[in-house]
Formats: sequence, C-alpha cells, structure tokens
Amino acid sequence: MTTSPYDAYRPPDGDRRRKRRRGGGRRGGRGGRGWMNRGADGGREMPMVEDVEFTSYYGRPIVKAPPWGDEIGAYLFLGGLAGGSALLGLGGQLTDRPALRRNTRLTSLVALGAGTLALVEDLGRPERFLNMMRTVKITSPMSLGSWILGGFGSGAGVVAVLEVDRLTGERIPLGPLEPLRRVLEAVETPLALTSVLFATPLASYTGVLLGATAVPTWNAAGRNGLPVVFAASACVAAGGTAMVTTPVAQAGPARLFALAGTAAELVAMKAMKDRMHPVEVEPMETGEPGRKLHRAEVLTIAGGVATAALEVGVRLLDRKGRGGAGRTALRVGLQVASAAAGAALAAASAYTRFGMLEAGIESTKDPRHVVEPQRDRLAARQAAGITHDSITTIG
Amino acid sequence: MTTMDEPLVTDRLGESTEYASWGAQAHSRKGFFTDTSICIGCKACEVACKEWNRNPQDGTYELLESSYDNTGGLGANTWRHVAFIEQDGDRIAKARESGRKLVGLGMPTVGPPTGAATTSGAAASNVDGGRSGGCSRCGPSGCGPSGCGPSHGGSGAAGQPVGAGQPAGASVTTDVLGGLLDGEGGPGLNEPADLTGVDTTPPDTADFRWLMSSDVCKHCTHAGCLDVCPTGALFRTEFGTVVVQNDVCNGCGTCVAGCPFGVIERRDDGTINTPTDREDRKATPMDVHDEGTANKCTLCYDRLLEGQEPACSQTCPTQSIRFGDREDMVARAEDRVRDLHAKGLTEARLYGANPHDGVGGTGSVFLLLDEPEVYGLPPDPRVPTKDLPGMWATAGAAALGMIGVAALSFLGGRR
Repeated sequence: MTTSPYDAYRPPDGDRRRKRRRGGGRRGGRGGRGWMNRGADGGREMPMVEDVEFTSYYGRPIVKAPPWGDEIGAYLFLGGLAGGSALLGLGGQLTDRPALRRNTRLTSLVALGAGTLALVEDLGRPERFLNMMRTVKITSPMSLGSWILGGFGSGAGVVAVLEVDRLTGERIPLGPLEPLRRVLEAVETPLALTSVLFATPLASYTGVLLGATAVPTWNAAGRNGLPVVFAASACVAAGGTAMVTTPVAQAGPARLFALAGTAAELVAMKAMKDRMHPVEVEPMETGEPGRKLHRAEVLTIAGGVATAALEVGVRLLDRKGRGGAGRTALRVGLQVASAAAGAALAAASAYTRFGMLEAGIESTKDPRHVVEPQRDRLAARQAAGITHDSITTIG
Repeated sequence: MTTMDEPLVTDRLGESTEYASWGAQAHSRKGFFTDTSICIGCKACEVACKEWNRNPQDGTYELLESSYDNTGGLGANTWRHVAFIEQDGDRIAKARESGRKLVGLGMPTVGPPTGAATTSGAAASNVDGGRSGGCSRCGPSGCGPSGCGPSHGGSGAAGQPVGAGQPAGASVTTDVLGGLLDGEGGPGLNEPADLTGVDTTPPDTADFRWLMSSDVCKHCTHAGCLDVCPTGALFRTEFGTVVVQNDVCNGCGTCVAGCPFGVIERRDDGTINTPTDREDRKATPMDVHDEGTANKCTLCYDRLLEGQEPACSQTCPTQSIRFGDREDMVARAEDRVRDLHAKGLTEARLYGANPHDGVGGTGSVFLLLDEPEVYGLPPDPRVPTKDLPGMWATAGAAALGMIGVAALSFLGGRR
C-alpha cells in the first residue's frame, strides 16, 4: 500500500471493482432467488444440470440485435391484420355479408400498404427494396416473406380496388379501359381465393422470421410455437378491427374469429413460455417489453370476455325478435360495446407484436441470456453422453 | 511458377484455376488459426485490417474501462478485435480445471494421436524433436507442470519461472513459441549472450495472467448470415469464405440477427455506439463507404484473389494469427493444443475445430486459454436455420389452422 497524497482521490477499491464489473462479472451463482434454486424447498423438481458460474467479456453483448425498430413492430402487426382481414373478406363474400366483406378488404389494403411502407422504410438502402425479389431462398424467412407479401398483395390489391370502385358507385374513370371493370369483376372470386392462400402464411411467417435468428428469446420462442402465437394474434387483430368497422349484425363471424384467436393465443403463449429456458423468458417478463406483453395479456382477456358477452347478448336479442325503441337503443349500445371490445383486441395484438420484438432485442443486451441457456444445453447433452458436438475441443 | 509462355492455369497460390466440373473447388478452403497463447496484444491486426479495408472510425476514442481494449467488439467497421482479459490465480486454476474436464469428457480428437497427448511434457517434446522445438533443451526435469511455454511470455505474464530447477550453467531459453516456428529459430538464435551467473528468472506471476485474443469473423461451415440473407448479397466464395456484396445488399439487417457470434453488422452512420458515448464527443466527419449495408470480415477476399494472404495474418508479429488451408490450420491447432496439455497447460482448448458442432466447424479456428464466454464467444453456438424445417412446419400448421378457424367462424356465425 502506498501512501501517496493522491490516494485520497482514488475511490475505495470495493466500489471500483463492483462498478467495473457492472453487467458482467459473475452472476447466476449459488444461493439467492435464481431459477437454479427453484424447488429448493422441495415444492418442485430441482434442475438436474449442475449450476454454472457465469462469466462474460466485460458484460458486453455476444449476439447483436438486428437494426429493427418500431417499423418492424408495426409491420408484424399490420401483416397479421392484413392477412386475417382478407380471410374475413372472402368469408363475407361467400356468405353474403357485404358490409363485412367491404370493410375487411379495405382494412386489408390499408394494412398491406402501410406494412409494406414500414418494411421498406426500415431498410438500410430503401431504394434497393426490389432486391428482395432477386432470389427465392427457402432458408431465408425474409426472402420467402417478401414473396408471400408480393403474392398476397397482387391478389388482395385488385380485390380491394374493386371494393373502392363499388364504394364510389363504379365511378372510377377508366375511359377506353371500361371493359377492364367487367374482367376484374369476373376474376374477383379466384383472386380472393388465391390471396387467401398467401394471407394466412403472411400472418404466421413472421414467427419464423424472428425464430430463425441467433437472438436468444426469439430463437427459443420460434422453436416453441411463436408462429402459432402470431397466427392467433392475427385472428385477434383482424376480428377486433372488423368488430370496430362493421355493424354488429354482420360481425358475428368476426367475433367468433377473434374469440378463437384469443383462446389460441393465450394457450400458445403459455405453452411457449413453459417450454423456453427461464433465462430466455426473462426479457418477456421484465422491463418495457414485459410491460407491453403484460398489457397485451390483460387486453386480450378483457377483450375476449367482452366479445363473448357481446356474442351472447346479440344472440339473445335476435331470439326475442326485432322492433321497439328500447331495442334500438340496445343495438346502439351493443355497437359501441363491440367497437370498444374490438379496439381492445386490436391493441392487444399490437402489444403482443411490439412486446415480442422488443423482448428479443432486449435479450441480446445482456450476454447472460446467450451464455446460460447455451451452457445448460451443452451440459445437458454431455450429461446424456453426447460429447462429440461441442465447439470447444482439445485436439 | 508459370512462365510467360504457358497459359495461366494456376494462380499465385499454385492452385489450379480450371474448374474440373461444376461444383468443383478451384481452391481448398482457407481459414485462420488464431493462437491466443502467443498473442501479445499489439493490435497490429486491428490496424492492418482497418487500413486495408478502409473501414471508418468506430466510436469516439473513449476509454472503455476494459484493460487495453478500447475498441469494444467486432462490428460493421471493426473486423479484427483484440480482447484483453485480466485474471487472478483463482481464475487460472479454474480455467485449467475446466480444460482438464474436456479431456475427461472424451471430446473428439481429430487426427492421429501422438505421444505428446499421453506422455509427460519433457518426453513428449523429445519425441517431437525439432518440430516442437523449445522443450528439448530444458532437460528432463525442466518442464514443470506449468513451466515451458507459459501462456503469455510476450507480456511477461508467465506461469512458473522457466528453467527453475535446472542445473547451473545450462542455457536458459524462454521459448514460449514452442513448436510454432517450424524450426526457423535455430539453436544460435535462442542462445543468449553470456548470462551465466545472472538471475534471468522472470518474476513469478503465477497468480496473474493477461489473456489477449484477436477475434474475427468465423466464416462458418453453416453460416447463419448467409442462410437468412434474402437478397443473395452474402455468398460463399471459392475459398470457402463468406462475403457480402455491398452493391447488392439492401440493408434489411436479417443477417445481423442470424449470426450466432454477433459479427456482422449494418454500417449505419459509420460509427458504433460505445458504452461511454457522450454528447460532446462525436466522430470526425469522414467518407463512409457502403453505408446502410451489412459489413464484416471478407477474409481479405480481394487479397486472396491476388494470391496474397489477409492483412491481419501478414502483419501479425508473433504468428499468433496464421492463415492457410483450413485443414492445415486445424492440424496445426491440434498439435499445439496437445503440446500445451502435455506441458501441463490444460487450460488450452480449441474453438471451432470440430466439424460436428452447431455451425459445422468454423473457418477461423482459435486456441483459447479459458472458457469461450470469457472472451465474449458463445459456449454452444448453433446456426439458427437448423431449426427452420420445424418452424416452417409450425407456421404452415398455424396458417391452415387460421383457415379452419375462419371457416368455423362463418359456419357458426348467425345471421
């Protein structure tokens, strides 16, 4: 120990070390409330894999987060909304519900346009967005997704333009191309059918897009059913939006669609979290992403319960016949309730998408989310006698 | 060598440029072997890489409070990064133990076993003779468990004093490069001037060591970035390396998430954000080329095409970074790790040499002296597209399920 007068300026040793090792150093050690000690009271099964001491390189990230911001979150939501709405639009056409058909198709077009713009906006070189169409690569979810989006857009776009034409009383001036209107109307059903073939993959492929990455939370989620969560979330978004835009009388299928989506999403999300490593789930339950996903859950349940009540109310009202001033007031009330429940469901879907996107980005910031699950799976394989596939070897 | 009269059928690496048939490789797969046990942390590789590739400035020249590492990590503008880790005796013992465990686990040993793997250090060195160089001169008792060939002779952070317990008057050599010089260093080079009677024992620093490691793109056999690239901007070269075509890349950023090592990055404004970024310190304005596209190590593709070796390996003064055919690199790495283990340095291990690992083996093989995560490397990386078939199946099932749910909704919906 020196006795230099400058020693006074030096912070105490303990503090200094703690500060320097912030975020890195040793964590996940024995004791405390770590997941490794769960079941220490005998209530649950103890983990069989030996506890590992966690070290990192100054706490710096190992895996990089992609440069994906709110635009991608918006795209995840809008893609699901567009796909689900197109599905409802075709149903509306086939079962003769004109308001439902028109509103869902217009929703689909708007969501598609906005989603595509968001996707292009997020590119580093937006002017090169057509390079997405250079190849078809089955190993690249982004490539297949671009083709799905393109295939969906070409069908859904034409169908939606026909709706706009109908809405304006067929007054879109076509001039000499007037016969085109008849041609397009003739191919409306085939086009709607083909666009629906792309619509549902559009809603679910984004789960693969996030899953096929090295981002720990996304990858674990993708392996454990994220595409199902996203497809269900698309049902919730499309059903909810249709409940807002469409009269209660015609929105019956939309309510059921949203209800099924609600149930599926809650179940799939629970199953997914249960199968993921606790350290990979952590970013989905803490911080801002955790709050978003929590809000999504609350809104999904609230919207789902309200929609179920609404559906029962509408059926009861139908059974008792029509007419009467009181009933009219009731119908207005139902429409308002429908819009509120629908908005809650759509918001829930948006929160789910943004929450999952941000949870993944958050999971790259602390190397613990990368190292601990990898250490555990390596140790589990070695405990099972599989020792030939480690990246560390001794010549 | 070719003369002016002959048609040029071999390139300057002496390999055929003619393709025998479709899919045949004109070159064998190239790679690096980065031996961190002889890295001295000079960062010449970082500088050479930056200069050759004209990569823009990274960060704002802030001190990062991480030993001598003020670069941070690999990124769009940093394709070689030297890590510095300071460890105490406790950590050294743990590293040694974890390396010893790898032996106990029966990890794959590729290539023929040699005597060095099983016999004591001194005997092994004698068997290997000139190839492993250094130890033969230490005498039968010279090679203690942590004696010859300490991890970081260059920085002075050696294990046990070399030559301890030697007969008086024996020539003292601190040949930490044991086996790596291919016999280039003749006896004369290692003969010190007359130091008889002078205590040349380096200070005992067994309770401290300084790890240095030059990280680089791994050029994986199964490359995540290459798999998920939607435009085909990333491609596999004739040298078996993975390179970005910056005139094709549209900067979607999928590859950034696809890399299990966190190597590739989109070059956004020419600088990365370092942990100590401050408002008052901005990078100086500079010409940033390939802005908005993904960037990473190309294993100096342009230099390879001209028959040159990459800038980093050419400049490395200690030959810690070796470049060559990947097969040779792996063989060299295996020899080296066996050597170190025989000398009691059981903390030594290879990273990326195993073709059965999650990325099918890496083109850049490393010799590490501690667990991978200590160096900021993932302990069990796996190419993310390995899970793709299952994920696509799930997505397909979910899509069909949506159609089914929609059909049921319309059937159940009342008018």
